[in-house]
Amino acid sequence: MQTFPGVGVSPGRIIGTIRQMPKPISEPPAGEQLSAGTTAEEATAALKAASQAVHDELKDRAAHAIGDGKAVLEATALMAKDTMLIKGAAKLVARGLSSERAIWESGSSVAEMLHNLGGYMAERATDVLDVRARIVAELRGVPAPGIPASSTPFVLVAEDLAPADTATLDPNKVLALVTAGGGPQSHTAIIARSLGLPAVVAAVGVDELPDGTEVYVDGAAGSITANPDDSLRAAADAWAATASLLAEFSGTGTTADGHLVPLLANVGGGKDAEAAAKLGAQGVGLFRTEFCFLERDTEPTVEEQAAAYKSVFDAFPGKKVVLRTLDAGADKPLPFLTDSTEPNPALGVRGYRTDFTTPGVLDRQLEAIALAEQQSEADVWVMAPMISTAEEAARFASMCADAGIKTPGVMVEVPSAALTAEAILREVGFASLGTNDLTQYAMAADRQLGPLAGLNTPWQPAVLRLVGLTVEGSRAEGNGKPVGVCGEAAADPALAVVLTGLGVNTLSMTARSLAAVAAVLKTVTLAEAQELAKLALSAPSATEARAWVREKLPVLEELGL
Amino acid sequence: MPERIATIASRSGLHARPAALFAEAAGDVGVDVTIAMQGDPADEALDASSILSLMTLGAAKGDVVVLRAEGDGADAALDSLVKLLETDLDAE
Repeated sequence: MQTFPGVGVSPGRIIGTIRQMPKPISEPPAGEQLSAGTTAEEATAALKAASQAVHDELKDRAAHAIGDGKAVLEATALMAKDTMLIKGAAKLVARGLSSERAIWESGSSVAEMLHNLGGYMAERATDVLDVRARIVAELRGVPAPGIPASSTPFVLVAEDLAPADTATLDPNKVLALVTAGGGPQSHTAIIARSLGLPAVVAAVGVDELPDGTEVYVDGAAGSITANPDDSLRAAADAWAATASLLAEFSGTGTTADGHLVPLLANVGGGKDAEAAAKLGAQGVGLFRTEFCFLERDTEPTVEEQAAAYKSVFDAFPGKKVVLRTLDAGADKPLPFLTDSTEPNPALGVRGYRTDFTTPGVLDRQLEAIALAEQQSEADVWVMAPMISTAEEAARFASMCADAGIKTPGVMVEVPSAALTAEAILREVGFASLGTNDLTQYAMAADRQLGPLAGLNTPWQPAVLRLVGLTVEGSRAEGNGKPVGVCGEAAADPALAVVLTGLGVNTLSMTARSLAAVAAVLKTVTLAEAQELAKLALSAPSATEARAWVREKLPVLEELGL
Repeated sequence: MPERIATIASRSGLHARPAALFAEAAGDVGVDVTIAMQGDPADEALDASSILSLMTLGAAKGDVVVLRAEGDGADAALDSLVKLLETDLDAE
């Protein structure tokens, strides 16, 4: 047995065989010539055959896809045998370049041309580069990039997963996710938790395991073991038995002594909201509105937006739904709002700040929210992302008032907002801590980078201190304005106990984590949670904070969390 | 050389899905068809079966384009393609 330690990001213990995500296709060397004995005619014929094969494969996948995914695949299939792309490459082959290098360069120039056209065309540039990589893979006889196709379920092993991979990830085929890179806040972690799949990230060396190797994955402990023995098989069987117990949430989040901590869901649209309501969520703590805007080159109308928002509100009649206004920028670019050439997008014009450069979009969104609220029975709260100062909070509150929205609030994800929470909460009705960005900004560590995974955890005592300061700011303000947490931190049952001890009022998470968080929370009293919060704050490191708290919560081991 | 003019009817212009449907149809007619914006020189016309060319053409709803083809069946091919361009493909 060989064990690879990593960082556990989504609990579960399973055994399965692995499939490696093919490595990205490497660039054929500049100036690579046709090999001796190959004529330009033969190379061009091979290129055309490869392009036809890629076209047929994508066309076949389109036939099995539905909705937007189908249209994208159909268009991408046509690009694979596009005359502009292939003739461009054939000209280069005629001048003596290898077919791989020729299609690579032809793809580059087409992608650059599309990029320069901007807007919708610029986004399609990525599709051309994807097609180019597939043709090179076909010419080399290596697997195409992307999630491997398989008729039996498998453990997916990758360097890291990109947001685009979620579209093709079939949760019925994937048993667990394991990555050699990535951190606890990476897309892999978020995807895994939303799909309820066990996952381990930053497990160095797993990408060297051959396809078909049998492994044991422990998503709570954060380890992968190749060729597991009988004791690990027993552990996986035991998890299968308890997992069903952890799927049920009674619908009331509480400590052992009856201190209520409403457990809310993070949702991205109407379907999500309905699923969350079925899983017992007590409301929505984070409704991300980007879904309504992504993949669009122009702004949706007020009516379109209102209909989309209403579909979420309708899933929670009489309950709280906290909506976050458009959070574009950084890893969520939008052609009509954000500037993709910013050198430092995480510190750029994103979130609420896009209202500085493109005024009007936020006003129209608030108008749509107010319209949807009038037509529904949900208790709608509205918050702005990326608020840094009390002045911004005051301005957002007045925009909400103008639109007829009763409860304005802010996301606390910039450290300055946590540090000045009292002044900010004088201007708005509530605050919600976005721990993913708060951690990235407090630690100055990009959340997508594997080598920084150790810094990028909400268990960092500095991050917990910022959470505590936000709660203190609310108490100093004096009107009992609620402070919630809506980052991935709330989905970690041990951290949920610490956050409760720090005085956080509500916890919002991916709906699949509700039952596990509720099960652990109800085993501690509020006083015990407060003691555990003190313990975590006193730890010299994130690793010790986590270990010390987990040691005092034996229920975690019993439940395999 | 037979040619036809057509006015783009799809709401999103000759982008995305309409471009894919048109390129596929142009590739299936059996003759080489070119497309150009009305007023542009014929020798700068683009291959109508190339989705990438159609995207760079940037034809919006209401723009007028010229289709050209030569050889057996050119007239019938052009007629069917004009019909496609003058249908709002986004509505389907």
